[in-house]
Amino acid sequence: MGDRFLKRYSYTVIANDFMLAGKGASSIKSNLKSLGINASIIRKTAIISYEAEINIAIHSYGGKIHCDIYENKIVIICEDIGPGISDVDMAFTEGFSTATERVRELGFGAGMGLPNIKKYSDRLEIKTDSSGTKITVTVCL
Amino acid sequence: MDSSQFAEILQLKPLHEGIKNIEVKGVYIGDLLSIVMSKAKENYVWITIQTHMNIVAVAQLLDLSCIIVVEGMEVEKDTLEKAKELGIPIFSTTESAYQLALRLSDMGIK
Repeated sequence: MGDRFLKRYSYTVIANDFMLAGKGASSIKSNLKSLGINASIIRKTAIISYEAEINIAIHSYGGKIHCDIYENKIVIICEDIGPGISDVDMAFTEGFSTATERVRELGFGAGMGLPNIKKYSDRLEIKTDSSGTKITVTVCL
Repeated sequence: MDSSQFAEILQLKPLHEGIKNIEVKGVYIGDLLSIVMSKAKENYVWITIQTHMNIVAVAQLLDLSCIIVVEGMEVEKDTLEKAKELGIPIFSTTESAYQLALRLSDMGIK
């Protein structure tokens, strides 16, 4: 299989709207299902996009998630506007979270968002500064 | 198994009428959504005390068989509407997660 680009699905994530977060991941999931993509790839992509969506809703001022489908891979690009991640190594440490108490009471902010994204991805790139964060995640088919 | 039969055996209260068949392959107990996301699998029963709308998103993304809210926690109206719309059964019980886990085990779900 080559690396020909097939399709892009995009959605917007609104800051603090973590009740609705998961909507984008759910539409990605149904789109992948209709393309006949295998269940374990769908599960990985759904977990990655859900966690990315929650992260953007909790920690940023808003952002976008793009899911690009290629013949041989799925690339999920998560871009948000500020304030960036001040300590990337800590952010990838299981259990470490900067989420507020209120968010944690709802079951978010377990400190498993980025570790889960990493766990289910085949490749992960992260760029972050005070203007925002861009995470590019690849899942190989 | 029919979801009303499932509710009867486990003494659960169904929170919306969208009755469907329930297939149960396992059980996961947890309230931290990211951990549930990573550990629960297709057709698992999810036992939790979380009641807000995002639990429906988690159940839908993972193709869970149902959500059971324990300790008599009251579930938000928005959550129930969303669960009904997506056909995800949601039940409640005044029992604890542990008591319910014992019942599931007695049912043969290990």
